[in-house]
Amino acid sequence: MYDFAYQKPASVADAVKLLGDDPDAKALAGGQTFIPVLKQRLAKPSTIVDLGKLDLRGITVGADTVTIGAMTTHAAVASSEELKAKIPGLQELASWIGDEAVRHRGTMGGSLANNDPAACYPSAALAMDATIKTDRREIKADDFFQGMFTTALEPNEIITSITFKVPQKSAYEKFRNPASRYAIVGVFVAQHANGVRLAITGAGQGGVFRHTAFEQALSSNFSPDAIAGIATPPDDLNGDIHASAEYRAHLINVVARRAVAKAR
Amino acid sequence: MGFEGIGASVRRKEDARFLSGRGHYTDDINRPGQLYAFIKRSDRPHARIASLQTAQAAAAPGVVAVFTGQDMAADNVGGLPCGWQIHNKDGSPMAEPPHPVIAIGKVRHVGDPVAVVIAESRQAAKDAAELLEIEYDDLPAVATTLDALEPGAPTVHDDVAGNVCYDWHIGDKGTVDAAFARAAKVVKLELTNNRLVPNAMEPRAALGDFDTSSGDFTLYTTSQNPHVIRLLMGAFVLHIPENKLRVVAPDVGGGFGSKIYHYAEEAIVTWAAGKLRRPVKWTAERNESFMSDAHGRDHVSTAEMALDADGTFLALRVATIANMGAYLSTFAPCVPTYLYATLLAGVYKTPAIYAEVKAVFTNTVPVDAYRGAGRPEATYLLERLVDVIAHDTGMDRVEIRRKNFIPADAFPYQTPVALQYDSGNYEMTLKAALDAADFAGFEARRAAARAKGKLRGIGISTYLEACGIAPSAVVGSLGARAGLYEVANVKVHPTGSITVYTGTHSHGQGHETTFAQLISDQMGVPIDQIEVVHGDTSKIPFGMGTYGSRSLAVGGSAMVKAMDKIIAKGKKIAAHLMEAAVEDIEFDKGTFKVAGTDKSKTLTDISLAAYVPHNYPIEELEPGLDETAFYDPKNFTFPGGCHVCELEIDQETGVVEMVNFVAVDDVGRVINPMIVEGQVQGGVAQGIGQALLENAIYDSNGQLLSGSFMDYTMPRANDLVNISVGTEITLCTHNPLGVKGCGEVGAIGSPPAVMNAVIDALKEYGIRHIDMPATGAKLWEILQANRPKMAAE
Ligand SMILES: Cc1cc2nc3c(=O)[nH]c(=O)nc-3n(C[C@H](O)[C@H](O)[C@H](O)COP(=O)(O)OP(=O)(O)OC[C@H]3O[C@@H](n4cnc5c(N)ncnc54)[C@H](O)[C@@H]3O)c2cc1C
Repeated sequence: MYDFAYQKPASVADAVKLLGDDPDAKALAGGQTFIPVLKQRLAKPSTIVDLGKLDLRGITVGADTVTIGAMTTHAAVASSEELKAKIPGLQELASWIGDEAVRHRGTMGGSLANNDPAACYPSAALAMDATIKTDRREIKADDFFQGMFTTALEPNEIITSITFKVPQKSAYEKFRNPASRYAIVGVFVAQHANGVRLAITGAGQGGVFRHTAFEQALSSNFSPDAIAGIATPPDDLNGDIHASAEYRAHLINVVARRAVAKAR
Repeated sequence: MGFEGIGASVRRKEDARFLSGRGHYTDDINRPGQLYAFIKRSDRPHARIASLQTAQAAAAPGVVAVFTGQDMAADNVGGLPCGWQIHNKDGSPMAEPPHPVIAIGKVRHVGDPVAVVIAESRQAAKDAAELLEIEYDDLPAVATTLDALEPGAPTVHDDVAGNVCYDWHIGDKGTVDAAFARAAKVVKLELTNNRLVPNAMEPRAALGDFDTSSGDFTLYTTSQNPHVIRLLMGAFVLHIPENKLRVVAPDVGGGFGSKIYHYAEEAIVTWAAGKLRRPVKWTAERNESFMSDAHGRDHVSTAEMALDADGTFLALRVATIANMGAYLSTFAPCVPTYLYATLLAGVYKTPAIYAEVKAVFTNTVPVDAYRGAGRPEATYLLERLVDVIAHDTGMDRVEIRRKNFIPADAFPYQTPVALQYDSGNYEMTLKAALDAADFAGFEARRAAARAKGKLRGIGISTYLEACGIAPSAVVGSLGARAGLYEVANVKVHPTGSITVYTGTHSHGQGHETTFAQLISDQMGVPIDQIEVVHGDTSKIPFGMGTYGSRSLAVGGSAMVKAMDKIIAKGKKIAAHLMEAAVEDIEFDKGTFKVAGTDKSKTLTDISLAAYVPHNYPIEELEPGLDETAFYDPKNFTFPGGCHVCELEIDQETGVVEMVNFVAVDDVGRVINPMIVEGQVQGGVAQGIGQALLENAIYDSNGQLLSGSFMDYTMPRANDLVNISVGTEITLCTHNPLGVKGCGEVGAIGSPPAVMNAVIDALKEYGIRHIDMPATGAKLWEILQANRPKMAAE
């Protein structure tokens, strides 16, 4: 990696100021995406602003919502019994990210801010109509993800927490890239009182997206059969050495049915 | 202390060190004043270096020197040598284009070194490398094995027309053609053996050191064979005589063949250390491993079997194209020839075999031996072909194998492709494996799986391999530029502890334990008083290193010979001490006895007398108890066995899930059953990886698409299944231990067992063959394109 200055501010305000004062400064959370990028010399930040000292960890389970601090690790999400009882799909999703080491460093805020088209959390945020809270505002998940590696965040804006609407039933099912274990197709399905939301990650050229045809069918009949006949056009899907767009289109149906079948 | 000798599953002595992070690897070694080398590599598959300006990089902070290929050539540095010469059909030698340590004039693959920057820190070297000004004129590239032979294909080396390194053959074409002419049936199969990236856990590293007072060079390197590196680098590349060059290969974290070869970086750091009068270290980053460690496999073949009406094999004809990559790696030419085509008899009594092999150059990383080296390719071809014969003729795949097995009473057995098998019993390992896998009960399990929407299949492979390489005169006549004996020096110290110096090298195999057990069994000394030393040319008399499952069969046999000398001398000392005739002294597990009396001396009595020779036959015997032996094997050894794989394919996704894997291998006498089990399991894991997951994919322009762990699928624990390992034994008849070798059997026997199971699972789809790896994506497409036969009818 290239040389950089290092700062570890004690408050969100200080972090925002450090990032704002220097356009080449960049925030560091768990480093599970950012540090590999630095090691490959694909980024040359002037200053790294480590968010590790900020008080942004923790899981608060309410009656209708669950709020998770941006710096909460995947491991903490995966091991929360309270969360598992409330949103089993979210707990399971976290338990399948990367490996032990990745889960103990990587954070929910980092994952959402990064918006990797193959990352898992963005699908949960969309399917549970999440609100992403930052140092300055609240952003609905539907407005937050704006194409691969692109979000509504301003350059110096810091995610502080994420609030999910607790669904009646939820599940995450992931068809993993055999090599990287990221999602080739990941489906988060959430059955809410006012309808079903279902988001797909890993497959779309524009990153995570809601599958409205599935949502409509499942809202009237929450069963795998309801979507069995709904095909997804491959045109806007990714193709690579692991899976063609056609294979992904097919998998979207398979994975979605499996997610619905196991939703609790 | 329990039993620690031959046959005991003793825990590995080395593991405490490795598991607690106390291993001492090349990159752990640091010398005072050390500099760091960063190698600037080509990002172009094929290009002329139009200009290369180093001044800016050389002036960067912390930089001590920048060297190019021209600088090294100007200093009389030679190219990297090839250790094996193959001859064409017409008797002419293979094409052997120059392999400069750092590219001169042209780059020929992504990863080809272009310059080296040497600086006070890794960071400074890397920073400065970005200041190198390189202009390339891109040239058209050729990446795949088949493309290399296309008319008008770009040529990798100007003076190698058509990219053909050699066009070689073996066997009697006339007899084979005649057999095909009268055959009742001919079954033909075209198949590819996928290219693999070895991915040892420890990346390669090299540290060159120069002693300004003595003028001696030392190279610390991640090598499987330090003496071979000293020989090749000293004699051919840097022109340093052996007495001035020490090569040390300390703990090495896996090799699988990829650390046999003499690599550019070893020569660069050693030469630079001499130039700069300071130690120079290079450590590969993982992405460099992908583009600079020799890859494995990469064959495209056509195989044809001539059969008579009852399914007896009459003759086998094989044509293979093997990818050498951009340059010849150290042993590359012998892999698709003498380690491959000589194995095409397998376990079968096919009376006539003819194979032709064309080796081609491409703009890819050099290809060389990788766990199994040639033998997995031969086994895969043969065992797939046998299953396809069963498919095409409707014969039972087990029966067709049995019908054609070399029977247990036919040994020694001369094959039509040079090898003479000394021992084996293929029916024995087949039966044991089929029983262990409950092969007979499979159809019920297939039906049960079907009910859950899964396609279940079972596959077998009955294989054989040749290892324990190799008799020097034989390999010499076949083109090897080295002998393949092994060396052991056994030192019994004054108080009876023992140090053994071996020319083999352990990089995960557990030699420190197995060899200690071997010595303990014979000498009666507990293994914690036996030290096994390897990997340092200044300590070990000589040696050819570890590959080809040779360490125990060849290196262990050298130890037996050295121990025989120790015992013979010990008997003379004992005879003197006990005033008896030498002929009357018996030796058994550390005790010298006078036959028929109760007089005896321990090994320690004898060693003490040997080193403190007060009462000693000094007139006729030298003091000391320290013997060296060179052992040149009389033949290869021939492990064999049967692997059975059971798996399921998810009909909706095409993804394969392993259900069961049984390996029953005949590796000759077993010294440590636990280590054998681990070696077989590791090899099978690699074989499953090749069959289902791993694939080094180049695009047609020569860029490696699967160039990191994000895209190259290494097998993980949850891709595997419990691998049950059994052994059945026939002894090797020509080495003193009766051992055959177990390091490669897993990787050799397993890929066809897995693929045969995949294709069996698709039985009703009428699929005849699928190339490896059988990924979910590939199988899904096959499922889409084919409809079950029964449904269609
Ligand atoms: C081997 C491996 C396997 C993986 N597998 C998966 C997987 O299966 N599924 C999956 O979803 N992910 C996977 N990941 C990615 C992992 O989840 C990362 O942790 C995550 O993508 C980034 O989170 P982080 O905390 O590490 O962020 P960092 O890497 O530190 O930062 C990532 C980016 O987000 C920005 N950022 C971080 N926090 C904030 C914040 N609070 N506000 C604003 N911007 C912020 C940073 O500036 C940076 O640009 C894997 C990673 C690895 C190394």
